[in-house]
Amino acid sequence: MHNDHENHSHEDHDHQHEDHEALVVEDDAGNLESQIIIDALQDVLISKGLLTAPEVTKEIEKLESPGVHLGAKVVVKAWKDSEYKQRLLSNGKSAIQEIGVAVGEAQIVVVENTDTVHNLITCTLCSCYPRSILGQPPSWYISKAYRARAVREPRKVLSEFGLDLDEDIQLIVHDSNADMRYLVLPMAPDEAAQLDSHDLEALVTRDRLIGVSR
Amino acid sequence: MSTAKAARFAIGDRVRVLDLDKSGHVRIPAYVRGKCGKIVQYCGKYLNPEDLSIGKTSGPAFDLYRVEFTQASLWDEPRNQSQDRLIIEIYDHWLTAA
Repeated sequence: MHNDHENHSHEDHDHQHEDHEALVVEDDAGNLESQIIIDALQDVLISKGLLTAPEVTKEIEKLESPGVHLGAKVVVKAWKDSEYKQRLLSNGKSAIQEIGVAVGEAQIVVVENTDTVHNLITCTLCSCYPRSILGQPPSWYISKAYRARAVREPRKVLSEFGLDLDEDIQLIVHDSNADMRYLVLPMAPDEAAQLDSHDLEALVTRDRLIGVSR
Repeated sequence: MSTAKAARFAIGDRVRVLDLDKSGHVRIPAYVRGKCGKIVQYCGKYLNPEDLSIGKTSGPAFDLYRVEFTQASLWDEPRNQSQDRLIIEIYDHWLTAA
């Protein structure tokens, strides 16, 4: 295994930061260790007739096709339809399925930001994330630094994301450690009634749905 | 076949997270063990990840709750405000009445 400190010494950096967490291990030629193992496993499974290459491609497509656009669609529907919003807050999964989005998770708990409450989502133990509606999580979400600090010093983490939360606002951190997955429902803009859904969806960023932005 | 047993805790109940000496795929992080909080939601029954991780998929299923803690009870961190909260999911076998 390569752990190339010669080419990547901490002294090269002029800023303070956490120790690196290796997300991938690759050699000098750019081969990913995990990819080599997976390729070998896939070759064996295909040669034994247990799997076909198109099946693998189809599964990858299924994994990669959801994205923030689905979460944005859910949020805008809730902004425009107060009865839908109530259904979404009481049972996230069924309300999301209601608008034609497939939900693979056991349940999606939707938590609402208000003038007096802000919600922040993390998974301290690994990388739990509502992938059916937001796609794959950003790399910082699965970093040990975010996972450890979001529960302990969330206001400091938010300020580093550029959000200086008023001291009077209640901050609720949700640690997504078990079977539920979480989605933040951001506050609707004042002009929500005048804007069309397409324009509103553009306002719903991934970071707002995780709660690192308000 | 056993009949469905009512959940042990109701919304608003005070609970303490047990500090069970378990190894393996434990989903209860150290920072809430031994801490007291309040039940805010009942999530239903779920298979225990401690069993699932070793291929035991036949159950039993456990009641799962969302438990709320004051941040002040978890961390000595001056920037956390008195009204700030943390909510985490805890399986029934990790809880006792407080």
